[in-house]
Amino acid sequence: MPYDEALERFEPVLGLETHVELGTESKMFCGCPTTFGAPPNTHVCPVCLALPGSLPVANAKAIESTIRIGLALNCSIAEWCRFARKNYFYPDMPKNYQISQYDEPLCTDGYLDVQVEGKTVRVEIERVHLEEDTGKSTHVGGATGRIQGADYSIVDYNRAGIPLVEIVTKPVEGTDRLAPEVARAYVTELREVLRSLGVSDVRMEEGSLRCDVNVSLMPRGSSEWGTRTETKNVNSLRSVERAVRGEIERQAAILADGGRIIQETRHFHEDTGATTSGRSKEEAQDYRYFPEPDLVPIAPDPAWVAQLKAELPELPSVRRARLQAEWGVSDLDMAAMHNAGAIELVEATVEAGAPAADARKWWMGELARRANESGTALADLPIRPGDVAKVTELVASGALNDKLARQVLEGVLAGEGTPEDVVEKRGLRIVNDEGELSAIIDQVLASNADAADKVRSGKVAAVGALVGGVMKASRGKADAGRARELILEKLGVQG
Amino acid sequence: MSAITRDEVAHLARLSRLALDEEELDHFAAQLDQIVGAVARVAEVAAGDIPPSSHALPLTNVFRPDEIRPSLTPDQALSGAPAVEEDRFRVPRILGEEA
Repeated sequence: MPYDEALERFEPVLGLETHVELGTESKMFCGCPTTFGAPPNTHVCPVCLALPGSLPVANAKAIESTIRIGLALNCSIAEWCRFARKNYFYPDMPKNYQISQYDEPLCTDGYLDVQVEGKTVRVEIERVHLEEDTGKSTHVGGATGRIQGADYSIVDYNRAGIPLVEIVTKPVEGTDRLAPEVARAYVTELREVLRSLGVSDVRMEEGSLRCDVNVSLMPRGSSEWGTRTETKNVNSLRSVERAVRGEIERQAAILADGGRIIQETRHFHEDTGATTSGRSKEEAQDYRYFPEPDLVPIAPDPAWVAQLKAELPELPSVRRARLQAEWGVSDLDMAAMHNAGAIELVEATVEAGAPAADARKWWMGELARRANESGTALADLPIRPGDVAKVTELVASGALNDKLARQVLEGVLAGEGTPEDVVEKRGLRIVNDEGELSAIIDQVLASNADAADKVRSGKVAAVGALVGGVMKASRGKADAGRARELILEKLGVQG
Repeated sequence: MSAITRDEVAHLARLSRLALDEEELDHFAAQLDQIVGAVARVAEVAAGDIPPSSHALPLTNVFRPDEIRPSLTPDQALSGAPAVEEDRFRVPRILGEEA
């Protein structure tokens, strides 16, 4: 069903579960390294392979990082909590269970405010808990490479036991047609918070940040939630948005036909933007959770928690508000910079000495246009904030005008060196030599006698065409203001 | 009265991927019932003034520093595996046809 029609009839309720691999050196319960991309089964030991007699011991840094995440998300930190065994029968964990947290998460009841179309939406956080990541299975045989229809599977346990933090929102109601945008804005903001904390490299493409999207629909006017589905394999910010939209459309079509939504896990397909059915979810009781006997309870010292809270870095939303005030830009302009990923770049350009307005003008204007044309992120353009600051400095000193400055930026992007190199190699400096400028003006006056006569007879406005001629003849290198003065002087007219 | 039903044992067996026949279901239902009954007797002793506990030792906050320790080599890691392919543990089909 088309999105607009679906939204006329139904109201979406969202839920987001985000898994974050912590950037610790070692795994959650053993000393194996956590680096991505190692040859299979080289980061494994008796503990993460669950060999008999081995015992887990919790990684202090992972506990600390989880508490810091909870604090940054305005959560309460448990005074006492335990790990729990989640029993299930997949070989992606060699123990036949995953060590997780169940009814005693480290952090509960927080929130994260996100901006969507100029409005603040508060997404409430249900819980933040710590668990261990699973191994990576490759399914062999069958047509699709998926678990269904495979003949057998092969498993690499390098990832098994890497500390994984799960951040679960409360159901998000009232987003209405903006549900996809809210979902995306939430994951975007969460990623920035995690990055500012330095707890994870938050790379969605490498799986260090993964998002499961829960969607249910209720008919307009109803307050009773519908059955939800959980969409996995959502591996980019854009996909988060697409998955929510796609699932709203799919569920609306079923409900409108009088059908029933099945509570199940669905898989998102990047290429089509559609989801397909996965396994139907096991009930929580089927996981037979119980307190992990091999690990003693965690009781964070309140003084330590207070210290971690005091030492939190400036959070992204606070930082944005500060920069916005410092730069004196509107909400709309700030949001545009945020969406374009330009804030860090503008900040670094300002730090390199450029006025904020100029830094913003170049990043959000010429450079954003070039990034757009080449389909790259602004931050990935081959130009550094220092280069942009240098260009603004050359413009401010009168050595370049905006037109020449654009050519300099083009040269830097093309790998021609620093802004100074490009100015030198391309000969882009404004013509400051009065003699040279004077000669150009004489040529222009000679070939534009009509316009020159108009100016002489008092129509000063006609000087614009002559200045234009000088700029053209100098290939943009003349100082337009000085050219205007000289033309009027030569024609004996008062500006 | 029986606390553990035959259906519950069948459900548990399915979750554990154990193939139990009819006779075994009855057999284990009775056994599990006895175990649950024995545990229930402990509950009778545990009065309101005894806090529930999950651990034998009154310890909290046993952590290790975030330091790398040597891992096994792949050969060592895979030496006990019944089947190996491409340096990975090879396991039988995970989901049956019905999934």
